[in-house]
Amino acid sequence: MSALTMENKIEEAATPAAKTVELVAPAATPRPADKSAEFVRALLKSVIPPLFGLALLVGVWELVSIKGGSIPTPAATWKAAVTLFSDPFYSNGPNDQGIGWNVLSSLQRVGIGFGFAAAVGIPLGFILGRFKFMSSMVDPIISLLRPVSPLAWLPIGLLVFKKADPAATWTIFICSIWPMILNTAEGVRRVPTDYINVARVLNLSEMKIVTKILFPAVLPYMLTGIRLSIGTAWLVIVAAEMLTGGVGIGFWVWDEWNNLKVEHILIAIFVIGFVGLLLEQILMRIAKRFTYETR
Amino acid sequence: MSKSLVKVEDVGQTFDTKNGKFVALRDINLEIREGEVVSLIGHSGCGKSTLLNLIAGLTLPSSGALICDGREIAGPGPERAVVFQNHSLLPWLTCFENVYLAVERVFGQKEGKDKLKARTAEALKMVRMDHAMDKYPHEVSGGMKQRVGIARAFAMEPKILLMDEPFGALDALTRASLQDELMRVMSETGATVVMVTHDVDEAVLLSDRIVMMTNGPAATIGQIVDVDLPWPRDRLDLVEKPEFAHYRAAVVDFLHRKQLKKAA
Repeated sequence: MSALTMENKIEEAATPAAKTVELVAPAATPRPADKSAEFVRALLKSVIPPLFGLALLVGVWELVSIKGGSIPTPAATWKAAVTLFSDPFYSNGPNDQGIGWNVLSSLQRVGIGFGFAAAVGIPLGFILGRFKFMSSMVDPIISLLRPVSPLAWLPIGLLVFKKADPAATWTIFICSIWPMILNTAEGVRRVPTDYINVARVLNLSEMKIVTKILFPAVLPYMLTGIRLSIGTAWLVIVAAEMLTGGVGIGFWVWDEWNNLKVEHILIAIFVIGFVGLLLEQILMRIAKRFTYETR
Repeated sequence: MSKSLVKVEDVGQTFDTKNGKFVALRDINLEIREGEVVSLIGHSGCGKSTLLNLIAGLTLPSSGALICDGREIAGPGPERAVVFQNHSLLPWLTCFENVYLAVERVFGQKEGKDKLKARTAEALKMVRMDHAMDKYPHEVSGGMKQRVGIARAFAMEPKILLMDEPFGALDALTRASLQDELMRVMSETGATVVMVTHDVDEAVLLSDRIVMMTNGPAATIGQIVDVDLPWPRDRLDLVEKPEFAHYRAAVVDFLHRKQLKKAA
C-alpha cells in the first residue's frame, strides 16, 4: 500500500500541473511564526463564540436568580456541585444514593429497554422492508401508536409487571422500538437494485445475501434508528422515573424537588444534558465508521 | 465458431406502466454461438439493455423463450455473468473480497480456500489490478473499478459474459485502454460475450457480429453485420484498414440514416 502511494506521489510530481503548483507554493507557505499565529487564531475562532454563549447563559441565570428569589445563583450551584461530585458513588439506602449511581441506574434501564427494542425492532424492520404485504399490514398500526407518549403505556407496564422498575424499562422499550422498526425497514427498501442484481446473478444463498449485502447496506439506516431511539429513550426515562420512583436520575430530580434542593435540580439538568450529548456523540462516531462511500 | 450457446426465440417484452402497456421489444430472434463476441447497438431507449437483462435472466420475457445451453433461462445464474455499467462493486468489501465472493459462490463446493484465493488473485492479475487488491472500491478510480467488475465476471468462468455498456461511464482514454485489455482477456479465455454499447468504434473493434436494433417502442433487430476482421485486432492498424471503415460506415449508415431519431 505504501509503495503504491509513493508511486502516485511520483506520478503527481511528474505532471506539469503539479510542478506549477510547486513553483507557486513556496511564496504562499507561511513562515513558522505565521503558522503558530494561524493556529492560535483558529483556536480562538472555535473557542471564543461558545465561551460567549456560556457567559451569556450564566449572566442571564445570575440576573434571574437575583430577581427570582428562590432560584439559586450560579455560584451556589457550583458549590453544591463540587460537594456532590466529590462523592458520586455513596449509598445510604435505596432513597439516598450518589448522583453517579442514579445516572448509572437510569442508563441501565435505557440499555435494557433499548436492547429489547432492538432485538424485536430490527428483525421486524427487515421483514417490513422486504415484504410489501407485511408493511401494508403493520404500517397503519405503527402510524397509530407512534404519536402516543410512551408514558401513556406506563400503567400497562405496571399492570403487567406489577413492579415499578420493569414498568419504566417497558416505557423505554415502547419509545425505542418505533424508530428502530421504521429506519431498518427504510434501509432495507433503499438497498440499491445494483447490489440486489449482483446477488441474483451470483445466485447467493439467503445467508450470504443477508450477511454480505443486506446487513452492510442497511447498517447506516439501522444506526440512525439506534441514535434516534437512544435520544428519545433518554428524554423519556427522566419522566418515567419521576413517576415510578426508585433509583435513577429522574427520580433524583423529583426527590430533590421534595427536599427543595433547587441547586441539585439545576445540576441534574446539566448532567442529563451532558449524558445525552455523550450518547449522541458516541453513536455518531460509530455511524461514521460504518458509512461507506458508494461512489 | 462452433455450436450454438444461446437462442432467443420470438421474444417480446411488454411492461405495465401507468399509461397502459408499453411494448419494449417484439419478434426478437437471435442465436449466439460459442466463443463469439456479439454487440447490441442502437439508439437509447431501443431496448438493448432490456434484451441483455432477458439473457441474464434478471427479467423474464412476456412472450417467446430464451435458451442457454439447451435449458430455458428461468432466472439469473452464475453461468451467465454480468458486468454492470456502474461496476456494482460492494463498497464494504475490498477489490479482492468482491471478486472472492463470486469465486467462492461458483467454485466453493469443489475447491479449498487456497485454490479460491489463487483464482481470485489470478483474475485480478489478468486485469492488472493485483497492485490494489486490498483497496476498497472508493479508493480506486472509475476505470479500476470497472476492471475489478470485469475480473469478477471472468473469475466465475461463465458460459457467457454479458456486459451492459461496460465502458459507458468512463472517459475516452480510459475506455480505449480498457477495450484493449478486454480484447486481450477475451482472446486469452476464448469467452463468449454479449455486449451492449452505443459506441460504433467499440462495436466494430470488439465484435464478431453487430446486432443493430430499430428504435423503440416495439424495437426489434433491424440488421446484423458480420465483422470479418482477423483476431487479434489492434486499434492502430485497424483505423487504416478499408475494411474497418467499411464496417463502421455500415453501422453508422444504419443508425443515422435508417434509424434516425426524430428530434433527438
